[in-house]
Amino acid sequence: MVGLEHYLIVAAALFVIGIFGIFLNRKNVIVILMSIELMLLAVNINFVAFSSQLGDLVGQVFTMFILTVAAAEAAIGLAILVVFFRNRGTIDVEDVNVMKG
Amino acid sequence: MSVADLAFYAFSTVTIAAGLLVTLSKNPVHSVLWLILAFLSSAGLFVLLGAEFVAMLLIIVYVGAVAVLFLFVVMMLDIDFAGLKGEMSRYMPLGLLVGVIIIMQLVLGVGAWVQADGAMGLRAAVTPDLAQMENTRALGLLIYDKYLVLFQLSALVLLVAMIGAILLTLRHRKDVKRQNVLHQMWRDPAKAMELMDPKPGQGL
Repeated sequence: MVGLEHYLIVAAALFVIGIFGIFLNRKNVIVILMSIELMLLAVNINFVAFSSQLGDLVGQVFTMFILTVAAAEAAIGLAILVVFFRNRGTIDVEDVNVMKG
Repeated sequence: MSVADLAFYAFSTVTIAAGLLVTLSKNPVHSVLWLILAFLSSAGLFVLLGAEFVAMLLIIVYVGAVAVLFLFVVMMLDIDFAGLKGEMSRYMPLGLLVGVIIIMQLVLGVGAWVQADGAMGLRAAVTPDLAQMENTRALGLLIYDKYLVLFQLSALVLLVAMIGAILLTLRHRKDVKRQNVLHQMWRDPAKAMELMDPKPGQGL
């Protein structure tokens, strides 16, 4: 019988894969953004699993809010990426030092 | 093992494998396609959990919009991906270390997790029985009643993201001829054209 823990472990594995992807693709911003999407998906799986387990619909409502924020974040991130590529001709993260931050 | 259990193991295996291939594949176009597979199979997981509306939303929003946006950016920018890929093995040990530590912490947390005694009494919106009301209807009643303000605010987030994305990527290129609508509308025929009456054989 598949229970809550199974879903939590899948979500944990997906979250760690997202973090791993950020470390592994240090230079490629597009893959970093995709890894962030994977982490948000893991959080969504957690929300829906708990919502299903407890019989509480609020978890699914908040999943939709996360979905909204993830879509907005992807749009803004890719827009910044396009502008950065237009100015510098590369998307290497280690070149992002114009502001000397 | 029931069909639902088999489906869970199939969907979760595909989700995790596709997630790994997103991070490991050499070509970013393949990464995007694996990302789409991960989203689709986790939508299957959501259906198994009884959250059909969120599952369909995941397919429409993530696969239909976000992943296609990624695909557009990957394909339209002329990026030298081979140069970006070079130092992957350098970061592999650190990434593996951090990943193992975090997954150990998460497994410890899941193992020690217990449900509080009063948890069932604290539910904010109890899921109605499936025989009375399906998932989409119940979710709609909740969103448009109790969470209306938050719902509108999330629409505002999308509006701000849209304006921001347009503002960031809009540019006026100087070397391209553009249509100036006001200039066209304010054009005066009396100034633009002159009628002459030249005599035959004389010209102007």
